[in-house]
Amino acid sequence: MNRQDLKTIIYAEKKKVETNKYKHKICVCCGAGCISSGSEEVMKKLQEEISTRGLENDVEVIPTGCMGPCNQGPLMKFLPEYNMYQKVDCSNISAIVQSQLVEKKPIEDLLLFADSREKPFLDARDDPFFKKQLKIALKNCGHINPEKIEDYLVHNGYLALDKALFEMTAEEVIAEVKQSRIRGRGGAGYPTGLKWETVYKYVNEQKYVICNGDEGDPGAFMDRSVLEGNPHRVLEGMAIAGYAIGANKGYAYIRGEYPLAIKRFELAIKQAKKLGLLGTNILGTSFSFDVEVRIGAGAFVCGEETALIASIEGKRGTPRPRPPFPAESGLWGKPTLINNVETYAAISPIINNGGEWYSEIGTPKSAGTKVFALAGKINYAGLIEVPMGTTLREIVFEIGGGIQNGEAFKAAQTGGPSGGCIPAEHLDVKMDYESLVSLGSIMGSGGLIVMDKSSDMVDVARFFMEFCMDESCGKCVPCRVGTRMMHDLLQKICDNKATRNDLERLEELAVYVKETSLCGLGGSAPNPLLSTLRHFRQEYESRIKEHELSELR
Amino acid sequence: MKSGTAVPGRELLNADPRVKLIAAKMKKEHYQPDALIEILHTAQNAYGYLPKEVLAYITQSLHLPPSRVYSTVSFYHFFSLKSKGEHTCLVCTGTACYVKGAQTILNEIERRLGLKAGQVTADNKLGVQVARCIGACGLAPAVVLDDEVQAKVTAEEIVNKINAKIGNI
Repeated sequence: MNRQDLKTIIYAEKKKVETNKYKHKICVCCGAGCISSGSEEVMKKLQEEISTRGLENDVEVIPTGCMGPCNQGPLMKFLPEYNMYQKVDCSNISAIVQSQLVEKKPIEDLLLFADSREKPFLDARDDPFFKKQLKIALKNCGHINPEKIEDYLVHNGYLALDKALFEMTAEEVIAEVKQSRIRGRGGAGYPTGLKWETVYKYVNEQKYVICNGDEGDPGAFMDRSVLEGNPHRVLEGMAIAGYAIGANKGYAYIRGEYPLAIKRFELAIKQAKKLGLLGTNILGTSFSFDVEVRIGAGAFVCGEETALIASIEGKRGTPRPRPPFPAESGLWGKPTLINNVETYAAISPIINNGGEWYSEIGTPKSAGTKVFALAGKINYAGLIEVPMGTTLREIVFEIGGGIQNGEAFKAAQTGGPSGGCIPAEHLDVKMDYESLVSLGSIMGSGGLIVMDKSSDMVDVARFFMEFCMDESCGKCVPCRVGTRMMHDLLQKICDNKATRNDLERLEELAVYVKETSLCGLGGSAPNPLLSTLRHFRQEYESRIKEHELSELR
Repeated sequence: MKSGTAVPGRELLNADPRVKLIAAKMKKEHYQPDALIEILHTAQNAYGYLPKEVLAYITQSLHLPPSRVYSTVSFYHFFSLKSKGEHTCLVCTGTACYVKGAQTILNEIERRLGLKAGQVTADNKLGVQVARCIGACGLAPAVVLDDEVQAKVTAEEIVNKINAKIGNI
């Protein structure tokens, strides 16, 4: 396929949509969350209902990726009205179809958030859950069928790749990404454009592009949702990256725990290859790019780039000292670019709309939007995307609908086992890289767990330390031994058996482990401990006091 | 399968159709040692775990030292050297599930079955495992029973479902 063919296909597909006979489109969320709640049966029942009523020619039913409010699933959306139904049960479908398509009015009691808001919004886009969001990486998630490349093409899919290949040099693509000021969405926040430029500058016949989809943080499901909801967007981002840095081969490393994401991504590769959007001489140019999926085998440390590379090479996923950075010597010793799923998902809009457009969103130092996986003791758990700099209060109370059962907010945990807890007095913190670090947490990959008074912060610290202890690869002593010692001390505090000396020892160890570990796992393992000590010290103190009193008795 | 066979070779290949799957995968990957993890995935999917004989077969076919294969297998949580049981109960202990009481659920299952996570019942009917995070955080607490995600569960519900599968516990 050449460039003209792509335009012809897109034109034909758009024409099909414009002139098609469908008056209504019903999207059924088939993200992993909604499938677990039974959306596949809902979809089947809906299709049966439509055909029983003879409405096949008026109504199109499509499965989509994640729509957002995951704990309200299964979700179903009627277009063009944007009436969205929650907790759809097979027994309600007939009534919904009757009301929606025959009587032309929604059943208000079954609409999204009908059971928790005074009055649900007829047009779901007016609901604060969606209104406060700005979807760039997730733009097509929940609107298109992730298993059909045509759906993506209609939404200007692969036009950014086309633009990059025909209208831009590799340097110009990199300049555009640099101008966007996007930073790595995997957690560390390294400027993406700078990373691309570094790999570009290394001269080598063979270079690689890697997509890090080893979403290991517990409480995070952003990458999963992007891969499941719009795999082509990630693929396109990888291909553009390949063109920019001069690589012809890419690997997508996806967690083994995400079978649906793997299935959909592999399907996307197959479809793109068939249309000549991947493979040799893409769109008739001299640029060739191929992508292969590598399935993770369950090791948290593989999220670290050098460990991930070792794992792709079929070895134990242990990190190695840097430098040399993967940009210089990565996969099989070749210059390698590694970015997170969400970073690649943001590339095509940046190329299409320009780096300047993206850089104006968010805050001066953290441009663009960030996807968060909102979970825990919150009313509306799910997947959201907001401009950087949105406050935690807006996320928890306006989008998330506040704390469950009217409890008070105690803390929000960001960054998983490498991050920290933000207490109530900092609810107005802006969610950007710098502000979170100043509070002793990190942006991380986007997991955001909300806690109420039922969470004991010492136990939270112990929970994360147990995680790091188990996941430590054992290569360096500070991490292997340090996390074990810190865990045992934390356990001692939890059991009300610790003394003041234990706490001192713990604080001392935290600094050692943080500063002397080989990779980010050990280097950030003390973070949950340090941040809970900083913001909830009284909980540690009171347990120690209790022990001291019991000794006196 | 017999255990303790050191070098299985041809007989194993002929005897067990599952081995053919592994052989096909190795051929597809051109017997490249880099594809070890991919091949192990295929083997684990076929058997449910990685029997010693199968590992010996892979080791031989890829011309790798056994230490390299064993070190890789033992490193990753996904790979198991023992049978995981006919039925599996996987309790998610990710942060969202933890905050919503996954530990209580796990404790109750362990107490009722009289075993610890990572173990299998004496009759090999059910294996209990924990997952770091299955990414279904909106549905916390979640338990995966035979590949089916059970959303927003209580300990009692899971115990009942296990009962329905393997009889009284």
